[in-house]
Amino acid sequence: MRVAENLNAALHGLLDDDPTAYVLGEDVLDPYGGAFKITKGLSTRFPDRVITTPISEGALTGVAAGLALTGNTAVAEIMFGDFATLAFDQLCNFAAKSVSMYGSRLPLRMIVRCPTGGGRGYGPTHSQSLQKHFMGMPGLALYEMSPFHDNREVLAAMADRGEPCLFFEDKVLYTRPMGQTDPLLRVRRDGGLAVVDPVVPELAARPDCVIVAPGGTAHRALGAMRSLLLEEEVSCRLLVPSRLYPLDVEALLPYLGQVVLVAEESTPGGTWGAEVAHLVHQRIWDRLRGPVRLVCSRASVIPTAAHLEREVLVTESAIQHAVREALRG
Amino acid sequence: MTETLVPALGPATGRPGLSRLADDDLELLLLIRHFELKLLQLYGRGELNGTTHTCLGQEYVPVALRPLLGPGDFVFSNHRGHGHYLARFGDAHGLLAEIMGREGAVCGGVGGSQHIHRDRYLSTGVQGESLPVAAGVALHLLRTEPGALACVYIGDGTWGEGAVYEALNLAALWRLPLLVVVENNGIAQSTPTGAQLAGTIAGRAAAFGIAHHLVVSTDVNEIRPALEPLVAQVRRGRPLVAEFRTHRLGPHSKGDDTRPPEAVGTARRNDWYERYAHDHPEHFHRLDGRVRALVEGVADEVAARPPSRWSPCA
Repeated sequence: MRVAENLNAALHGLLDDDPTAYVLGEDVLDPYGGAFKITKGLSTRFPDRVITTPISEGALTGVAAGLALTGNTAVAEIMFGDFATLAFDQLCNFAAKSVSMYGSRLPLRMIVRCPTGGGRGYGPTHSQSLQKHFMGMPGLALYEMSPFHDNREVLAAMADRGEPCLFFEDKVLYTRPMGQTDPLLRVRRDGGLAVVDPVVPELAARPDCVIVAPGGTAHRALGAMRSLLLEEEVSCRLLVPSRLYPLDVEALLPYLGQVVLVAEESTPGGTWGAEVAHLVHQRIWDRLRGPVRLVCSRASVIPTAAHLEREVLVTESAIQHAVREALRG
Repeated sequence: MTETLVPALGPATGRPGLSRLADDDLELLLLIRHFELKLLQLYGRGELNGTTHTCLGQEYVPVALRPLLGPGDFVFSNHRGHGHYLARFGDAHGLLAEIMGREGAVCGGVGGSQHIHRDRYLSTGVQGESLPVAAGVALHLLRTEPGALACVYIGDGTWGEGAVYEALNLAALWRLPLLVVVENNGIAQSTPTGAQLAGTIAGRAAAFGIAHHLVVSTDVNEIRPALEPLVAQVRRGRPLVAEFRTHRLGPHSKGDDTRPPEAVGTARRNDWYERYAHDHPEHFHRLDGRVRALVEGVADEVAARPPSRWSPCA
């Protein structure tokens, strides 16, 4: 099953299981079913609870907050995550604040889906990974879609959290299969964390390097792991947390070694990786051979032409190179 | 689009007379008035933290609306919301405790003057932000509690925010039970409406096909029956913009009034308080002193309470 189908099924499941669940966004109705077809079939089955909205990201996010405020579960789709900037006030000043600024906890079951990332030639304003701009906001949690986390489970985790959640969905994942790794690698789950190790037990027991990556970057990390294993006999472990913020760093600790690297598609500066590095440094600085390495895209807009876009976005080979550097350093 | 504003000052008497109010209406008007005056006094003495925005001169707006809104209706208030809260709950103790950060505060002293949530009442401090949220709430009410409505108080300055138009579009499109009450006091903080608003509020409502009702009276007994059938229409999915041409008697917050004396003078001449005292001296004086003393008592009692308690990570 492809990731898009899994997410679509998860939304069907949510609307099936939760009579108060709503899905709203731009162009989400059938037969169109959303710009990335993630909402396909929903409006046919649940015409009352799947709502198409005008091109008003601020208002549709506010409506979702209003629905959540009155006890419903609201899932809002922002067509391109880049446009979540238009909903920043609703997210930061209303939804995230309302959870606690009225003195006692006001639970809001609210999920804002953000198709994210480049690699599809959509250009500078339709390709960004804006996770970092939403970090550090009490009352707002950040999750990222991954091929190793069933989306029905993730939707439930976000709704049950009782505070607004942003769900970053790397667009290149939509067409990739769920759960796929590589014959050389094996995935297991430990709570919300996916752990990918070489299948050879001796290599899995003592990885040379641990890579932490959000779901959208995971397949590039897996490619780097495969090449490093085959070409250089370097064994890596990949950790993919479902929830990026607030990060459960304690869950990572048992899986970390002396060399740790964070790979993500963001532009550099004030990144999620920097947050991960800081949390890891605080806890196991003495055990690390060097500081946590950060691999990002370049400090640039994301060009449209494929050959230019490739130069800017974080790649498999950039991760491979960074692992090599980390092991050398 | 042109609009004729009924002159507040009548040629013969200098002003039209105010009708005699029911006791509970006058008491509520006076409660809000003395509450706000008390706040300014407490600020002056350095007994309040932060800032506040009083609704002096505008008290009659929520008082007129009070019996038109039921407990099933949501009310969204704004930065200038003490009158809205008091008209809804009459709870001067809880509100003052909230503003002073004392035990018994409605929201533990976390929200303060402009962020209050209680039952179906919610205020936020960012202009226009509550309109889309109210649209979401109205959508919920439409589907699950038909007949109930969401009422949002905004000012003339709020019309500068895009969120207002996004929400009005939804309200008209989805036939939401949304009542937008505009307290057009002619000034957005320090900027006169004429310097920040092109055209008219009526024209903007008309652009969305939303009904607009202009209120120029400050007489609760006149305003209320005129609004009643329109509010009933809102409950049937016909959103309404009710624009009150009102006057902000005091400063934007505290001591920051840069208006020319003539503007403040106009506000004073329109003030229901002085006018009611003139038109109905017996009724006014019978209740005014009593309510003033009540607010004094509330202030003394609340000020003596211990600080409110709250845990940041709760």
